[in-house]
Amino acid sequence: MTATRTGRQRRRQTPPDLPQNEAATLRQRLSRWDLKYSPYLYISPFFLLFLLVGMFPLAYMLIVSLHNWNLLTGAGDWVGFANFSTELKDPLFWNSVRNTFSIFLLSAIPQLIAATTIAAILDRNLRAKTFWRLSVILPYVVTPVAVALIFSNVFSEKYGLANTLLQHFGFNDIMWKTETLPSHLAIATMVNWRWTGYNALILLAAMQAVPRDIYESAAIDGAGAFRRFFSMTLPSIRPTMIFVIVTATVGGMQIFTEAKLLNPSSSVPGGPQRQYQTAVLYLWDLAFNRQNFGRAAAVAWLLFILITAVGTLNFLLSRRIASAGDGRAEKRGRIRQARILAERGAANKAAAALAAEGGASTETSDRTKGVER
Amino acid sequence: MTTPRGIRRRRPSYERHHVSGVERRPGWFVYVLLVTILVASTYPLWWSFLVGSSDSTVLTRDWPPLLPGSLFWHNVSEVVNTVPFWKALMNSIFVSSVITFSVVMFSTLAGFSFAKLRFKGRGGLMVFVIATTAVPTQLGIIPMFILMKQFGWTGSLGAVIIPTLVTAFGVFFMRQYLVDVIPDELIEAARMDGANMIRVFWNVAVPAARPAMAILGLFTFMTAWTDYLWPLLVVPQNPTLQVALAQLQSARYVDYSIVLAGAVLATLPLLIVFVVAGRQLISGIMAGAVKG
Repeated sequence: MTATRTGRQRRRQTPPDLPQNEAATLRQRLSRWDLKYSPYLYISPFFLLFLLVGMFPLAYMLIVSLHNWNLLTGAGDWVGFANFSTELKDPLFWNSVRNTFSIFLLSAIPQLIAATTIAAILDRNLRAKTFWRLSVILPYVVTPVAVALIFSNVFSEKYGLANTLLQHFGFNDIMWKTETLPSHLAIATMVNWRWTGYNALILLAAMQAVPRDIYESAAIDGAGAFRRFFSMTLPSIRPTMIFVIVTATVGGMQIFTEAKLLNPSSSVPGGPQRQYQTAVLYLWDLAFNRQNFGRAAAVAWLLFILITAVGTLNFLLSRRIASAGDGRAEKRGRIRQARILAERGAANKAAAALAAEGGASTETSDRTKGVER
Repeated sequence: MTTPRGIRRRRPSYERHHVSGVERRPGWFVYVLLVTILVASTYPLWWSFLVGSSDSTVLTRDWPPLLPGSLFWHNVSEVVNTVPFWKALMNSIFVSSVITFSVVMFSTLAGFSFAKLRFKGRGGLMVFVIATTAVPTQLGIIPMFILMKQFGWTGSLGAVIIPTLVTAFGVFFMRQYLVDVIPDELIEAARMDGANMIRVFWNVAVPAARPAMAILGLFTFMTAWTDYLWPLLVVPQNPTLQVALAQLQSARYVDYSIVLAGAVLATLPLLIVFVVAGRQLISGIMAGAVKG
């Protein structure tokens, strides 16, 4: 107690920014060091570990990719970029890239539309809203392996739930694990089932940040629910939309578990004819079944570049599309804003008039605006 | 055209509220949609339980069963006999707990430093952290595997834990939270009172960061718990729960009801988390959206 008090008094006498004289006590010097080096000390565990387990492996991967490297015998000769050129000429590599994109598109696009719709529904003034929100994210707590196991049975070609239901509607059985497009659909369904609700909640959070009275004013101006959604809600949630799209891209490019577990009886991961072998699954097969680490490392680098490129492209695209829409919306917005302001002026005057009459309208309007969200 | 609008505008605001319809309770159609969504998100799990509690001949019936059968515990004992379920469960709890502790600890420490302390290179280093949140580190499995093999760590749980001891996202998340939540004056005052930095961290930053730490912990735990690719590589003989579950499928892929009983059994721990901490999960996802 006394120590702290004297410490405080001393620091008041010598502001810390003054050049330090010889008379500085040990305590002051320690305090200065503390101030100067503590920040580095606190970030160092993160950076040391991150460099060790995050960055160093990526650099090491480059070395591996430039060698003949076998899973069992280890490093072989230096081959330069031969592994890269072999891969770029390998039809199996391109097959896996095609499959990845196909599955990605089949999952990302319906998922985004569904998530936005669900978010818009949850954004309404619902009864028991926590219950509905919970129901939407329930699939998120089912792990991808369990999801894959469940849907592997749902899409079983014989006696699977999907085919049983299709039969009742008079359709033929679909070969979910044999044909290319159906297998992609099956994998996309697993991804969508787990992630749609999660993304819906993220978008919902963004929608709730839009001030309510803007909607009110637009509604008074005669904008219907759809109009409000497309020209007000969508532009407002743009940054979050971009975030969701980029995350979905980076995740979608790395699909592994769902494709690996779709058909356990296939000895080749990704289907007997590699119908649904994704890029990461190809990488896995190359490294641990075909034991060619050098080429697998090259594939990893190529994927790395691909993911970054597609992620960036999506970012730029979605920003452009959104901002193009936004530009138009902005123009309309300015007109609307002018109207709102004019109207508010009128409303205030009306409120003042009412207040003069002894009405309690302003109080009521405050309460309705603060309606529990 | 203009007349009705003019009339509307002159209505007092409490009445206008009803006219606009923005905050009105939605009609039955919306609830029909919601129930559809509810069915879509719960039925696959419920169906798994139905099949997992029967024998697999129920699948050959024309319609899926409506009520659970009586064989769930029998199927569960088959699961436990086929794969080392309890050991895998313990392994998963251990691995996920250690990773969660480490990520939350180091992220809070670094996040506090980035948010509230001034030092040279802070901006540059923060940009580096943000940039690396998008790096797909999962692609580093090959070099990581070579290293683990060289050190002779394959087969031990340490090999599962080490690659995810820290995440760039965690640091970013804590930094975003702490930058708003702790007033600079509070740190100044603590320093004035003679508290050194580590005491400021423990007594000012950690209490303030607790809600964010809980959210980060929840999600880190979930991520570690659901990971499959890396554990499958390094600990196939000493499996985590996900690896064991997948082994169940390849060992018993003919007997669907046992596989599905296993899937339901393995989902139970997270269902408990869901029931207990569902609200936190929701607010966590929604907070991450606003912050991230």
